[in-house]
Amino acid sequence: MYDFAYHRPDNLDDAANILKINPEATVLAGGMTLIPTLKLRLANPSDVVDLSAIDSLNVLSVAGEKVSVGAMTTHSDVSTSKELMETIPGLSRLAKGIGDPHVRHRGTIGGSVANNDPAADYPAAVLALNASVNTISRTINADEFFTGQFATVLEEHEIITSIDFPIPRRSAYEKFSNPASRYAIVGVMVADTEAGVRVAVTGAGPSVFRVAKMEEALSNDFSADAIAGITLSADDLNSDIHASSEYRAHLVSVMAMRAVNSALTQ
Amino acid sequence: MADDGIGASVRRKEDQRFLTGKGHFTDDISRPGQVYARFVRSPHAHASIGNIDTSAALSAPGVLGVYTGKDLAEDGVGAVPCGWTITQTNGELWNAPPHEVLATEKVRYVGDQVALVVAETLEQARDAAELVSVEYEVLSANVKLDQASNSDTAQLHESVPNNTCFVWGLGDEEATKSAFNRAKHIAKLDLYNNRLVPNAIEPRVALAERDSGDDSCTLYVTSQNPHLARVILSAFVGLVPEHKLRVVSPDVGGGFGSKIFVYTEECAVLWAAKQIDRPIKWTADRSESFLSDAHGRDHLTHVEMAMDDDGKFLGMRVDTTANMGAYLSNFASLIPTYLHGTLMQGLYTTEAIYCEVTAVFTNTTPVDAVRGAGRPEATYLIERIVDESARIMGLDPAEIRRRNFIPSDAFPYQTQVALEYDSGNYGPALDKALSTLDYKNFETRRANSETEGKYRGVGISSYIEACGLAPSQVIGSLGAGIGQFEAAEIRFNATGNVTVFTGSHSHGQGHETTFAQVASERLGVPIEDIDVVHGDSGRIPFGYGTYGSRSLAVGGSAIVKAADKIIEKGRKIAAHLLEASESDIEFTDGNFTVTGTDRSKSIAEIAFAAYVPHNYPLDEVEPGLDESAFYDPPNFTYPFGVHVCEVEVDADTGEVSIERWVAVDDFGNIINPMIVHGQVHGGIAHGVGQALLENAVYDESGQLLSGSFMDYCMPRATDVPSFEIGQTVTPCPHNPLGVKGCGEAGAIAAPPAVINGIVNALSSLGVTHVEMPATPQTVWQTIQNAKT
Repeated sequence: MYDFAYHRPDNLDDAANILKINPEATVLAGGMTLIPTLKLRLANPSDVVDLSAIDSLNVLSVAGEKVSVGAMTTHSDVSTSKELMETIPGLSRLAKGIGDPHVRHRGTIGGSVANNDPAADYPAAVLALNASVNTISRTINADEFFTGQFATVLEEHEIITSIDFPIPRRSAYEKFSNPASRYAIVGVMVADTEAGVRVAVTGAGPSVFRVAKMEEALSNDFSADAIAGITLSADDLNSDIHASSEYRAHLVSVMAMRAVNSALTQ
Repeated sequence: MADDGIGASVRRKEDQRFLTGKGHFTDDISRPGQVYARFVRSPHAHASIGNIDTSAALSAPGVLGVYTGKDLAEDGVGAVPCGWTITQTNGELWNAPPHEVLATEKVRYVGDQVALVVAETLEQARDAAELVSVEYEVLSANVKLDQASNSDTAQLHESVPNNTCFVWGLGDEEATKSAFNRAKHIAKLDLYNNRLVPNAIEPRVALAERDSGDDSCTLYVTSQNPHLARVILSAFVGLVPEHKLRVVSPDVGGGFGSKIFVYTEECAVLWAAKQIDRPIKWTADRSESFLSDAHGRDHLTHVEMAMDDDGKFLGMRVDTTANMGAYLSNFASLIPTYLHGTLMQGLYTTEAIYCEVTAVFTNTTPVDAVRGAGRPEATYLIERIVDESARIMGLDPAEIRRRNFIPSDAFPYQTQVALEYDSGNYGPALDKALSTLDYKNFETRRANSETEGKYRGVGISSYIEACGLAPSQVIGSLGAGIGQFEAAEIRFNATGNVTVFTGSHSHGQGHETTFAQVASERLGVPIEDIDVVHGDSGRIPFGYGTYGSRSLAVGGSAIVKAADKIIEKGRKIAAHLLEASESDIEFTDGNFTVTGTDRSKSIAEIAFAAYVPHNYPLDEVEPGLDESAFYDPPNFTYPFGVHVCEVEVDADTGEVSIERWVAVDDFGNIINPMIVHGQVHGGIAHGVGQALLENAVYDESGQLLSGSFMDYCMPRATDVPSFEIGQTVTPCPHNPLGVKGCGEAGAIAAPPAVINGIVNALSSLGVTHVEMPATPQTVWQTIQNAKT
């Protein structure tokens, strides 16, 4: 690591002020990406602002038709929340499959969503469940939030405060993990929501994306058979030593069908 | 005694300190005035080195020295040698280019070291290392094994035309040709044995300290092999005379072969400690380990088997290209030759064999021994071609093995490839493995899996190893620059407890327990009164370290020899004390007794008499009870066994799940069954890792793509089933314990078992081979290719 100043404010205003004064500062929201990056000297921030002491960011509540998850809620807390298991079990199970126990006890939903790693799990849930991302200054709809690889509409230093998930009729996430990192080679979240059936794919492309053809077919017939014939073009998909774009395209279909079956058995 | 002697599953004595965080690993050692080293490593796989500007680094805070290869050359520091000379098929000697401690003219792999920075703190050393400015002229990289020896491929070493280190052959080429001429059936396969990163849990560490008072040096280092390190550092690299150098390798957190070798980093740190007269510590981070620990395997092979109409093996020929990486590591040349070619007989009566190996340089990390070292590569190609032979003959894979096994009455058996197998009995191991698995009802289980949409397969691997690496005269005649005996010293203290010094080294194998059991059984001393000391050239007479499953067979035998000397001396002392004739003294369970009487002295009493020699036969024996022995065996040992696994393949994703694993190994006599089981478990997991998960992949420019645990997949507990382990016991006839070695067996047996299982599962689709690692993508693609 290079030297940096470490801050651990206990309220959002202080956090925002520190970020405002120090343009080269960065936010620490668990650090599952930031800490390894610092250790490898691939990042050199002047200041690190740790959000873990801000209690208002670590709240999970069910109110009416939605679940609100504070940005600093760990994957472990999401996966073990009773309210969430009863309302959006697909989201609890997704959280339970992130990384390993160490990562799940350190990493947070806000950190994951803000980072928008192309292979992260949460972006699929945010997009498929038609969630809203609340920040220190505004609310952003899921369809507008993710803009590309490691890119979102967040302004520099705009802190996510919570994410609101409308409760779907049913939903499920199926992931084909990278055997080494346990990130998604392909992860598919299928959700039957008030806004219609939504299918979001992570891991396969530069950023999470929806599959309109599958959504349409599932809206007519929510069954695995309904999407059995639907295949993605491999053209714009990722390719690496673990999975070619053709293999990823194939896995999207397999994981989508498994997710539908999983949603149906809940 | 029976509770903690030979054959008892004694809990590991060393685990108390390991499990309570009280181990003493090299990085736990800090010396007064210690400073820190950081290497400047090449980001390029292949480049000429221009000017190196160290001025900014030298003036950075805390910096004590910045050194380049030029500094070492000016001081006469030598190159790191490869200790096994190869004579080529054309009679000429090999091309062995020097491996400089710090590169001077060229860098040849990503991670190659060009400068060493020493500073008061590690962070200062890291900061300064970033300030060293190296001019590189980037050259095209040679990374494709199948093209390395082409004349238009980038050339690594001036003295090595076509990047070819050697072309070596073993066996009878003419007889093999004639066997193929009369063959009725020929099976053929092309195989790749994937490159492994060893990934011991503890990275390499070197801490060098000079004592200017007597101009001696101590090197604390993560070594499997401290005495050999001392020889190489003194005699070859020329850093410190052997009598002025102490090499200590304390607790070491795993080696798997990668810590056998003397690396350039420890040479540089030792040299620098002499320059600045401060203790210098270098601890590799994980990224450095991936780049700079010697890798393993990386063979391309074409193999053919010639058979008669009954599926009897008439001849086998093997053509292997072995990747040496950028430089020759200490034993790089040994691995694909005398630890690979010599194993081509397998367990079979193949009448004629010829194996040719072309060793080439590439712009990749040097390749050397990793668990099994040559024998996994040999076993993989043999057991794959045996299965392919069965397939083209329409024979059951078990049946073709039975037809070709060396019969139990044929031992000692002279192979076609230099070795003489001393013992063996292969049929019972196969029978036991198959009956444990319920092989005869496998098709029912296959059908059941099919109803769930899964392809089920069974894979057999019957293996043999040559272990107990020694005999010095044999390996010397084959090109070794070293001996391979083992040393032991047993020191009784005056109060009757015992310290056993061994030249072998434990870095996870449990020697402190197993060797104590051996000494306890022989000497009749309770195991808690015995301590085993290893890993210190200053305390132990000599040693050739631990690798090649040699520690018990060679090092344990040396302990037995030393114990016998103790007993003989004790007998003389006892005869004196008991006023009896020496020939009337018998030794059992720790007591010297006058035959036929109840008059006896315990070995503790004898030890006391030896150290307080008031009433003592000084005219006959010296005081003290401390004996050394050096043991050099007459032959290798030959563990063998049969592993059988059942796999299920999910054709939708290509995922392979291992459902059953039955291992029947023959390690000869077993000292501690629990430790042996642990070694087998770890070995199988290692082999499953190679077969399904692990792969060191370079891109065209020579960057290691799988250079972290994000991309390099180590096996986890969930990747393997609960193992069903059994044994047959065919004792080694030539060492006093009848033991053969067990540390590498699983890693040798497992890869072909897995791949044979997958090929068997997919045989109905027409699949005849799957490359390692059989990742989901590879298996899925194989299925797609078979369908089209």
